[in-house]
Amino acid sequence: MGLKRNVSLATGLRYQGKGPMLTFVLHRIGGLGIAIFVGTHLLSSFFGGQIGQSLNAIYESWIFQIFVFFCALFHAINGIRITILDLWPNLIEYQREAIWVEWAVFIPLYTIAVIVIVRTGLAG
Amino acid sequence: MKSRTLPLGKRGLNFEMLMWIFTRLSALGMYALILIGVIGALVMGARTQMNMADVIRWGFMPNGSHVQNTNVQDLAPWVSPFWKLSGSALVLLAVSHGVHGLVVIADDYIVSPMGRQIVRLISIVTMVAMSGIALYIVWTA
Repeated sequence: MGLKRNVSLATGLRYQGKGPMLTFVLHRIGGLGIAIFVGTHLLSSFFGGQIGQSLNAIYESWIFQIFVFFCALFHAINGIRITILDLWPNLIEYQREAIWVEWAVFIPLYTIAVIVIVRTGLAG
Repeated sequence: MKSRTLPLGKRGLNFEMLMWIFTRLSALGMYALILIGVIGALVMGARTQMNMADVIRWGFMPNGSHVQNTNVQDLAPWVSPFWKLSGSALVLLAVSHGVHGLVVIADDYIVSPMGRQIVRLISIVTMVAMSGIALYIVWTA
């Protein structure tokens, strides 16, 4: 196992991985977001009480829904791409095209969802 | 450029490899369960009474208390053992998939063998506790 790290954090941040790197970072952020959301959501519905109710108020606000829906949808769609490419390794040659397809699926779906969430949120 | 892959027999079979394939397969399982939740919502009248947020919420976790918060007329179809079982399956897949994901992330930043050992210990405790809490909520809600 590579336990030594030869690259400093500053160098790491300057790494320009372009498209694949962006999906990696967003996949990670999305996964962390879902884990934190589901974890606190489970705990709040298990313990209930004052803290649980104030947490539920956050979850039900439309601004938070926009964020958590981004996490869930991106993680799900990027996960499909990773699963397909990993289970059929010959397709790795087309991974850049796969990322374009992924964005072509994600952007319309997410835009529609955001429009619906904002309209519902503003309507009260 | 042709991609190079080893035949199955030449690949090592260890815990990391098993968790790698489990992450992919559990993702496929969760897609199936989410699809079942959304189709179930549509079958039970989501077309006429529901908005998109509710359908999504049921897709991700179709249990009684989620459905109760929406203005569905008849709650009975949603608290059947079928939905509790599919909810349990979704919860178990999600918790193990998620906790393993957190371990992978932690391994990128915690590199000492001792630290990784501690992360694994914490992750196992978290996994068991979260699974228990989630199953309790699914079966009592």
